[in-house]
Amino acid sequence: MKILAVCGMGFGSSMVLRMTIEKALQAMGKTATVSTSDIGSAKSEAADVIVTSEEFSDLLSDRGIPIVTVKNYVDQGEIEAKLLPVFEQKEE
Amino acid sequence: MGVIHFIVNEILSQAALLVGLMALIGLLALKKSISDTITGTLKTILGFLILGGGAGIIIGALTPLGAMVQAGFHLHGVVPTNEAIVAIAQKSFGAETAIIMAAGFAVNLILARLTPAKYIFLTGHHLFFMATVLAVVLGSAGISGVSQTIIGGLFLGTVSTMMPALVHPFMKKVTGGAPFALGHFNSLGYIVSSLIGKGVGKNSRTTEDIKVPKNLGFLRDSLVMTTLTMIIMYLILALAAGPKALSEFANGGNYLMYAFMQAIAFGAGIAVILMGVRMILAELVPAFQGIANKIVPNALPALDCPTTFTFAPTAVIVGFISSLIGGIISMFIMGPIGLALIIPGMVPHFFDGGTAGVFGNASGGRRGAVLGALVNGFLITIIPALLLSYLGKLGLSNTTFGDTDFGWVGIVAGWFAQFGVAGLYIATFIVCGLFVALASIVSVRTQKAENQNGSGNSVSA
Repeated sequence: MKILAVCGMGFGSSMVLRMTIEKALQAMGKTATVSTSDIGSAKSEAADVIVTSEEFSDLLSDRGIPIVTVKNYVDQGEIEAKLLPVFEQKEE
Repeated sequence: MGVIHFIVNEILSQAALLVGLMALIGLLALKKSISDTITGTLKTILGFLILGGGAGIIIGALTPLGAMVQAGFHLHGVVPTNEAIVAIAQKSFGAETAIIMAAGFAVNLILARLTPAKYIFLTGHHLFFMATVLAVVLGSAGISGVSQTIIGGLFLGTVSTMMPALVHPFMKKVTGGAPFALGHFNSLGYIVSSLIGKGVGKNSRTTEDIKVPKNLGFLRDSLVMTTLTMIIMYLILALAAGPKALSEFANGGNYLMYAFMQAIAFGAGIAVILMGVRMILAELVPAFQGIANKIVPNALPALDCPTTFTFAPTAVIVGFISSLIGGIISMFIMGPIGLALIIPGMVPHFFDGGTAGVFGNASGGRRGAVLGALVNGFLITIIPALLLSYLGKLGLSNTTFGDTDFGWVGIVAGWFAQFGVAGLYIATFIVCGLFVALASIVSVRTQKAENQNGSGNSVSA
């Protein structure tokens, strides 16, 4: 399972997102590798799930993989709630 | 003695290894697995070398810029792009930058622990950029060695505590009290934008009711935007300069085609640098956060500006366009007032202008967003030009730092450096003391206002 956190540059807010996702994974008892990427590279980088903001999710919708849109980058609860269904779908 | 000599001269003087060592210490502190530790350390060192490769491409692409602006307008031409100047500066001040970055983070931790201003600055690239500003400005003024790193670390730690504290009253309005602060070194621009919004925004509706066409999405791809702007700028400048000015560079080829390819090379250089920065920060930022959580668990993390974009996406676009207009207007007055010709850099205008729009909108609706970001555009044109004279040899490299705080902090440090080493120490201690006091007063007030509204926020990220 590979999760890609995406923002404009690939090291600012996506880094924040990555740290929150890693905390959420720990809390949920799930394992996955989380890496950051900029919007340009994210179009081609291998991943199972993309986590990003609403503006970027429109640009990545043609990837054909689940995209999780986040409003508050530090809200672990929001990310847990949105990631859980993705994991459940994968495990089916 | 031989061993110590080897460590100091062969390892600590190599900036890439020094940054790798910082990552290694961080990974060990977080008790990561052996494979994670080795990969993380190696990737950080690789990232630093990639940064240098990108710098080479950028220097090549910027070579004709000076000649074109000189021939066309008889001015010194500069494109403010943090990534470019930081990568170039590492060649001369790499080791000093790395030590200042580590020292500055330590000072930030101590201040957050001891004063009411409990903010941990986690925007790694901005810590890195500000450390570079300080290393360059102090080094160019002849302050070197231990004094350079102590003064640089004190300044970096103080401003990375103070700026999030000063912005926070406005930040809470933007995010509706979400448990994080803003850690971004264009904070002066955001404070100004918020105050302008307060002044002009009476009865102005929010930007978020405006329907923005969906096809503006490409604006968010900063690499594409940067390259496009450089192509347009280079072609305009090449036409203004004429084929003669470029003949020595173009090797007998068509001068417009040459300018076009150099503009694209600039974008390629930025892409390489961004990859390097990404690899350096991938380990450092989580390490910084892990260490901070252990030392100041009740602090707020101060995060990068796009974390505010989700709260007002339309204001970002409005702010970007306004800021760019401000940059273009002020570009035309730079020559007449005797400053360098500052060509608008897309990266600073998008991120700084967009965030200024978000802050202006939060305090003064559409009018606040437009006018606040417009003034931000003036600021990020004039301040980078004023900073140039403090950058020594790097001031001649046709690029500079783009954001307001890099400018004013660099100018203050450079001005103090004229007092000699003893005077510099005294001035730094006094000013940093005042800054910490100001940050503490604002933080206590912000906290008081919060308690009256009956909502606590001591959540650690």
